[in-house]
Amino acid sequence: MGSGRLYLAVAVGGFRRYATYRAATAAGVFTNTAFGLILVSTYLALWEARPGLGGYEQAQAVTYVWLGQALFAALAVQGGGFETELMERIRTGEVAIDLYRPADLQLWWLANDLGRSLFQLLGRGVVPFAFGVLVFPVALPRDALTWLAFLVAVVLATVVSFAIRYLVALSAFWLLDGTGVLQIMMVAGLFCSGMLLPLNVFPGTLGEVVRVLPWASLVQGPADVLLGEAGTLSTYLLQGGWAVALLAAGRLLQSAATRRVVVQGG
Amino acid sequence: MDDGRGRGGGSGGGGDGFITLDRVEKVFDVRRKAGFLKRERQRVRAVDSLSFTVARGEMVGYIGPNGAGKSTTIKMLTGILTPSGGRLRVAGIDPSRERTRLAHRIGVVFGQRTTLWWDLPLIDSYRLVHRMYRIPDARYRENLDRMVELLDLGDLLDVPVRQLSLGQRMRGDIAAALLHDPQVLYLDEPTIGLDVVSKTKVRAFLRELNAERATTVLLTTHDLQDIEQLCSRVMVIDHGRLMYDGPLAGLHEAGEGERTLVVDLERELPPIDAPAPARVVRVEGARQWLAFPASRSAAPIVARIAAEYPLVDLSVREPDIEAVIAKMYAGRAGRADRAAP
Repeated sequence: MGSGRLYLAVAVGGFRRYATYRAATAAGVFTNTAFGLILVSTYLALWEARPGLGGYEQAQAVTYVWLGQALFAALAVQGGGFETELMERIRTGEVAIDLYRPADLQLWWLANDLGRSLFQLLGRGVVPFAFGVLVFPVALPRDALTWLAFLVAVVLATVVSFAIRYLVALSAFWLLDGTGVLQIMMVAGLFCSGMLLPLNVFPGTLGEVVRVLPWASLVQGPADVLLGEAGTLSTYLLQGGWAVALLAAGRLLQSAATRRVVVQGG
Repeated sequence: MDDGRGRGGGSGGGGDGFITLDRVEKVFDVRRKAGFLKRERQRVRAVDSLSFTVARGEMVGYIGPNGAGKSTTIKMLTGILTPSGGRLRVAGIDPSRERTRLAHRIGVVFGQRTTLWWDLPLIDSYRLVHRMYRIPDARYRENLDRMVELLDLGDLLDVPVRQLSLGQRMRGDIAAALLHDPQVLYLDEPTIGLDVVSKTKVRAFLRELNAERATTVLLTTHDLQDIEQLCSRVMVIDHGRLMYDGPLAGLHEAGEGERTLVVDLERELPPIDAPAPARVVRVEGARQWLAFPASRSAAPIVARIAAEYPLVDLSVREPDIEAVIAKMYAGRAGRADRAAP
């Protein structure tokens, strides 16, 4: 399949591109480890005081922290993927170059972002996770199938994350300055993905709402699968549902943007 | 205008016009602030009833001041913008309707933008182009080798694009636009910001490309030398209208463009008694400025001055396109349309 090879090449490019910046990767690893340590001490105290909070044992809670740190960059929980670049390209009119190419804009950036995600999972995720596992008491599954199911959930999470950020990026066709949308995305990503605190812990209606929002697919989804706290299938359903809905919305927005495109500048 | 270099009409070229514009218009709605929460709509005609044809294998300069509608035209020709009116065909294809199909037949280079992958070695961008345009492997390798040779890219393939100089990047971009054997190449300011050596390389390459493959080239530029050295035909656009279409020499006549000869003498002297039609327009100490029509050679004037005056140094300044066009625009109102051919 010709176009399959194109998007594979784009994904490889995305991977290699992030692999270029070794210092940034090292700094990222350090940051995620440091944040993990801060969160873990908070969680240890919290689960000491309230054992079984959110249905998690203390070891599960600790695992959850390191999982979050490992996935933080790969899932671009707070952004930091292609979206700022695409917004800049839209703002400067460089998106014109992307539009005359015989490639689909959404698939192009999806492939690119999957490549980035894979690199960041390996480059920025593995070390903090290994550190956490070695230093703290954790609860990890022993069978390979659960790990495989977890990886599938991570892939789905990446796609949902991409779909959200694609919508955010395309807003630049209408907004001349996307800083506000990016900031909303950052806060929502941090809070609603379960990055700071597992969504299981959120009380009442807030918890019920947050657990079905698209961001629940990010950190909470894969964590639930790995920790065996939620059904794998129901997690996949939530993730898959959001992925399809948001990608379709992105496609709609893309054709609207292309139709009314008045490429700026130039 | 076609000097016969074009080989045949091309597939689906639609007669002899490979690129055909028939009364093409582009109107933008611009909203302006007119007080608190009030917006005024204003229609801006970026391209106004533009008609021209370019034959297969022609190399045409497309010039005009900033905001004249050059880029808008190019964007319509690539299918990025949809015309508000008129008919437009490139290689028999309606660009905005079949953008993707057209993309395989055209190459675009924007001097101030890059299609290359910024953080990665140059070769990675080419591999991407290979896949994107589904270029057969053998053809890709052949074209790449040729580009590397002609554009002197050998040492640059493994260098990340962000580390390339502007001239190197430009050459890299041109190669990227040509790997899929496009029939048309749009060049938007391909020599902007380049040094003399790089400019020469780029121009030599384009001349060869056009001669060898009969690639149709549409070139927008502010650099008259690009046109002089590459294009037998030039089109001038201003305010979205075609002001002139013909050879470059004719443009200078139509616009009454003047070159300036700057002469440094040994000492302060009264204005030089210059051979007609040159005349002194300015004197400042030992330096004098002489103007003469752009269609004339500077050699006899220089020879005369050198023979009769203590000449230390001199330089010739070409008229800039903006000035020529401004004159043309002003003169046009009172004169009949002199546009050729």
